[in-house]
Amino acid sequence: MEKQWRQPRVPVPSVPVAEPTWAQRAIASLLAFTARVISGASARWVDCQPDTCQRVYFANHTSHLDALVLWSALPAEVRRLTRPVAARDYWERGWVRRYLANRIFHALLIDRRNIKVHRSPVDEMLRTIGDRYSLIVFPEGHRNTGEELAPFKSGLYYLAKKRPDLELVPAYIDNLNRVLPRGEFLPVPLLSCITFGPPMWLEHGETKTEFLQRARDAVLRLKNL
Amino acid sequence: MSTPEAETLWLVGGVIVLLGLVTLVSVYVKRRRDLALDPAAVAQFHRRVVVWWILCLLLATAFVLGRYWTVGLFGLMSLRALQEYITLTPTRRGDHRALFWVFFVFTPAQYVAVALDRYELYSILIPVGAFLFLAIRIAMAGDYKNYLERVAKIQVGLMICVYCLSFAPALLTRRLPSQVEQSPSSAALARQEAVQAQQPPGDPSASDVPPTVTRTAPTAIWPEVHEERARLLFFFVLIVQLADVLQYAWGRLLGQRPIAVDVSPSRTWEGFLGGVASATVVAALLSWSVPFPVWQTATLAAATTAVGLAGGLVTSSVKRDRGVEDYGTLITGHGGILDRIDSLCFAAPVFFFLVQGAFGNWVH
Repeated sequence: MEKQWRQPRVPVPSVPVAEPTWAQRAIASLLAFTARVISGASARWVDCQPDTCQRVYFANHTSHLDALVLWSALPAEVRRLTRPVAARDYWERGWVRRYLANRIFHALLIDRRNIKVHRSPVDEMLRTIGDRYSLIVFPEGHRNTGEELAPFKSGLYYLAKKRPDLELVPAYIDNLNRVLPRGEFLPVPLLSCITFGPPMWLEHGETKTEFLQRARDAVLRLKNL
Repeated sequence: MSTPEAETLWLVGGVIVLLGLVTLVSVYVKRRRDLALDPAAVAQFHRRVVVWWILCLLLATAFVLGRYWTVGLFGLMSLRALQEYITLTPTRRGDHRALFWVFFVFTPAQYVAVALDRYELYSILIPVGAFLFLAIRIAMAGDYKNYLERVAKIQVGLMICVYCLSFAPALLTRRLPSQVEQSPSSAALARQEAVQAQQPPGDPSASDVPPTVTRTAPTAIWPEVHEERARLLFFFVLIVQLADVLQYAWGRLLGQRPIAVDVSPSRTWEGFLGGVASATVVAALLSWSVPFPVWQTATLAAATTAVGLAGGLVTSSVKRDRGVEDYGTLITGHGGILDRIDSLCFAAPVFFFLVQGAFGNWVH
């Protein structure tokens, strides 16, 4: 028999995203290119390859550029299927951000201010990705000061528990907080680096604390690789 | 485009043929595993060859496209080198705005001034303008921790990566003193144009009378005046890179006494002197390609390569201080441009000022 605990609970079909127009494709490519130039980002894949299978990329969060740069570091065909989870209060301010979030990244905007129990962010994420899309999440929940990795919030655990088939890919973003530190709006083009690590899953019988600690360690391990 | 001069063809063609031979050797050495050579050294050599090709092709392209492209190209190299340098240098949050000015204002402004031949501007923009501005801007940010150190680090980076390197393309835009004498002053040109404008357009006498003053800038994209300068730039990059590799070779063959063993054990006095001497000999043999007699070319090459090689030692100690092997390994996956052009950065102002100041007056 198949191991039941690894089967997805309900493989719901994804909420379809409108096929991008050529203008949106062009903007996406241009944006990815600009982000790579400005952040001087190089992507390293350690024991992991870019793939269009359903994944959750989770990374440390030190700069506003994190989601954009991580998204840009993915190959175009993977990028098209990967949707960052972002804060609604930040990304709905101004039409540029709103346009980028909705039409280019197809970001999943989460309301950090009032979380409703019956519409939990995790359920919303699962509903959005369905059986097609991947996610970019920052489980620290907020941008850290750049020196230390904050403890992870539990969302990652519930994602892994409800959809055990998702590959959880850790990523470490290095030096990006110097490119655009907190509270600044003009980036400085320094070199940064994104390291993707081997995928992980929720192990059988693993508790929430253990899993979150393991996930955090997986990100930290990439720092010194 | 006008046809290039024979000297240009010989110089560029010769370098391309030489590079072709070096590439063959490099590929051969890489294939032959039975030679029992140090694989790291072989890989290093291979990388260098690739960089030479890129440099050579870029410079050759610049010959064709003109001086503005060349200035832009060096500007991009400066930006990249500065990017590597600042990434390596610890800065604090309070430096962010100052760094923005460094990357987006001072560096472009320096190269625009070079492109427009505003010597009075680009000679002081960074040593005076940026120096004062950065000190003030960082102080204004209100973070006094390691203040002096941070200001100095950013200023040194700007001086080495931007100011010094910008003197290489300045060779193209700045006219030799002799050319200034030969070519008419702009006032004389304006006078002549005024005279021509007064003459009726159909007047046949206008074409018969040879004008007393002629414009030296021809219609071609790459004016005649500048081909000599372009060759000078090519010659400069060639001898400095050559000195770099010859120093390495001599150091391997005879190296006994390191200059500063703690900074770089592989840089020895034997390698340094051998590199300078052999690059000087090569430069003297190539003196037909530059507008200087043999002994001047040799002096020029000796001074330039000596400072260039010493510059390598300077960036080595910066790297040693930060505990990295080279700027390329700083963040994996990035090739270090600064490792390749550090000697060019240091040598460029020396070459420029010798050509402009000392030797420029005796051009034959």
